[in-house]
Amino acid sequence: MRVQALIRLAVVLAATGLATAALAASADDFQAAYAKAEAAKNQAGALKNQWTTTDTELKAAKKAADAGNFDEAIKHAQEAEALANASIAQAKEQATAWKNAVIR
Amino acid sequence: MRRAVVLALALLCLAAPPVSAADSINPKADSKAFRDYFTKRFPKVPLNDFVNGPYSMDADLRKQWVEIDAFPPYQFALDKGKQMFETPFKNGKTYADCFPNKGIGIRQNYPYFDAKSGEVITLDVALNQCRQANGEEPLDYTKDDMAALTAYMAFTSRGKPFDIKIPNDPRALAAYRNGEEYFYTRRGQLNFSCASCHVQSPGDHIRTEVLAPALGVVAALPIYRSEWGGMGTTSRRLITCNSQVRGVPLKPEDELYRDVEYYLSYMSNGLPISGPGARP
Repeated sequence: MRVQALIRLAVVLAATGLATAALAASADDFQAAYAKAEAAKNQAGALKNQWTTTDTELKAAKKAADAGNFDEAIKHAQEAEALANASIAQAKEQATAWKNAVIR
Repeated sequence: MRRAVVLALALLCLAAPPVSAADSINPKADSKAFRDYFTKRFPKVPLNDFVNGPYSMDADLRKQWVEIDAFPPYQFALDKGKQMFETPFKNGKTYADCFPNKGIGIRQNYPYFDAKSGEVITLDVALNQCRQANGEEPLDYTKDDMAALTAYMAFTSRGKPFDIKIPNDPRALAAYRNGEEYFYTRRGQLNFSCASCHVQSPGDHIRTEVLAPALGVVAALPIYRSEWGGMGTTSRRLITCNSQVRGVPLKPEDELYRDVEYYLSYMSNGLPISGPGARP
């Protein structure tokens, strides 16, 4: 009975370990997320419409990655990408919308 | 055949995008509308008082300013600027040699459109051009020496009305239009334009600050800001505005910053130079 319980526990622990290994983000995952965020940031830069918060998130991503926390790093990189994309959308929308605000 | 031509022309007219007032460039009409907007919104503020920014909007703030101005915080910069202005370069020449009327009482004519380079030249840029033409290093465009020099030149021009010219040159009109576009374009994570504060909300508070009206807003520059604990140029002011709305600022004296100064200075034509100024 005791042996059976130990075997069961070992199986559960092994399965958990495998799952964790499968879910944990790698350095490659981070690099890919970071590259996507940087590309969006550069696109916003070409439109002269970067947001300061994009850089804040990119720095946080780098810091987390340097500490080996790739899950956290990817979260920051994805946030940076979302911010950069929002700034691009803002620039595109404002390319014509500014005219509506002009004093007539 | 004639019917076909008429039909084609009619279809062409329908297909063409409507031309709105915003698409034509008419600085004179813009300036009138701009001024009318502020004078109608603030009928008790005398026209020339708009150059005093937040003090034209808030009586209590004005009282504090009057007290502060007995010992103006920009005085040290003013003295330094005068000394710099009068000190010869290594080649023996001075700033006076680079400017009309030896640089005295000319602030109201800047920025101007330079037909040779096809760009807007601000007083700050003209000062650095003067330095470089005389073998000196250019100054930082945001504070310290540049703010001191422009403070002195503004002081010698106090009371003189802005007289900004927009020549009938497509490049000058484009610069004017770019400045206007920059002024009205929302940017930064907070989604604010310059106009959000200085057209839609002058006299209102953002935290403890009273927002200045856009009419005459450039007349007091450069300014001593208590928030900065020192002097700042037009570039510094624009950089601060961009950062405050969480937008990445442009480089000091970027072409777009010069264009927006051109636009705002033209909007202020006829209003007196009041710089250097002091702001909270």
